[in-house]
Amino acid sequence: MEREEIKSVIESLLFVAEAPLTVQRLGEVLEGVAKEDIRSTLDELHAELEANRRGVRLVEVAGGYQLRTAKVNADWVKKFLGGRPARMGRATLETLAIIAYRQPITRAEIEAIRGVDVDGVINTLLDRSLIRAVARKDVPGRPFLYGTTPEFLQLFNLKDLTHLPTLKEMTEMTLPEIPGEELPVEGVEER
Amino acid sequence: MTTRVQLEIFEGPLDLLLHLIKKNEVSITDIPIAAITEQYLATLEVMESLNLDVAGEFLVMAATLVHIKSRMLLPLTEDEDDEEEGTDPRAELVRRLLEYQRFKDAADQLERRDVLARDVFVRAAPPAEQVDPPGFREVSVFELLTALRRVMERLPKDAVHEVTLEKITVREKMTLLLDILRAQGPILFEALFAEVKTRMEVVVTFLAMLELVKVRAIRIFQEEMTGPIQIEAFADMDQAAVLYVAQAAEEEHGT
Repeated sequence: MEREEIKSVIESLLFVAEAPLTVQRLGEVLEGVAKEDIRSTLDELHAELEANRRGVRLVEVAGGYQLRTAKVNADWVKKFLGGRPARMGRATLETLAIIAYRQPITRAEIEAIRGVDVDGVINTLLDRSLIRAVARKDVPGRPFLYGTTPEFLQLFNLKDLTHLPTLKEMTEMTLPEIPGEELPVEGVEER
Repeated sequence: MTTRVQLEIFEGPLDLLLHLIKKNEVSITDIPIAAITEQYLATLEVMESLNLDVAGEFLVMAATLVHIKSRMLLPLTEDEDDEEEGTDPRAELVRRLLEYQRFKDAADQLERRDVLARDVFVRAAPPAEQVDPPGFREVSVFELLTALRRVMERLPKDAVHEVTLEKITVREKMTLLLDILRAQGPILFEALFAEVKTRMEVVVTFLAMLELVKVRAIRIFQEEMTGPIQIEAFADMDQAAVLYVAQAAEEEHGT
């Protein structure tokens, strides 16, 4: 297969795909084409769309590749779609952030960080498929541990969880001996 | 009345405290506890006078602040069995505030990304929910209840025998169910109840199943309208989760 032909096919597949396409999946369709060639073709396509400032761009998200509209056109697209507000509330966003960085995590552990009840928020996030129960924690009551979903990665344009923005270190830790929760703390009296 | 506008955005006691700290331009690590406590309590009063529901968490924090304040006033005594000596009474609160602040920052960072359906859009506008394999459909609650009735009818009816109360909780059953699904893959709804002998156990199993659906640990589907109902665990779990499940399963078998 010619390189240009491969690129053309990949572009078509990306257009019809409903979710991010993995290199693996593209390989299954493009039988006989090496993975490296698919990858380099994707890179090429990405570069072309960016260089020409096209209305559609290729992004690497949730472990795959997806065509998305250019950010500069957001207002036009919103106007066309009817501008339904896709705002996420502060409580939802904060809870989601905690789950994203601390997963897998229980409801009680989230509440300990936020200082408020998170039942309602958790249900909203479950309903929106942004989180899900991934296991049970081995403590009394065996509570569920929650983690994020591929939909979460898609929503925030993340390639994978390692691409989450780096969590700022706790600043100004100047107080003597603040017992840390996760960190192995030295100097705390053993019973 | 500026307070009113601000009140509505407080996510909780920690959020309110951070706001006060910022407003007073003081450092989180060196909170003037008397002043902050006073302002905190004043804010609660305003909230109450506006008939806003002051959640219990706000009151717990109020108590904590007053307690810290009183401890700050006391000279440090030597003969205390009072935690570690020399610990700043504010330390635990500071730790919580800093941690919460971290996640507020993280939330801000997430919000600044190219958010789907706000900044960038995909062709099929709504982000796909759970995409079913072609030809499969999700099962309605009514179909589930019908299936459950079939199971109930199959139970031995007038068997008179000695009853030993076997207590099994919904939680235990949930774990058991997940174990089975992870070990064997998708199973039939009916198969789930094959070993079940009592009405109580049927109910518990059924509830456990619904609970798992609710937290999206499993899904229930059938290939055609009247086809057999199948249950499967969501497969695409990340490594950490798989590890946890393996551990949980081990524990379960160990006991």
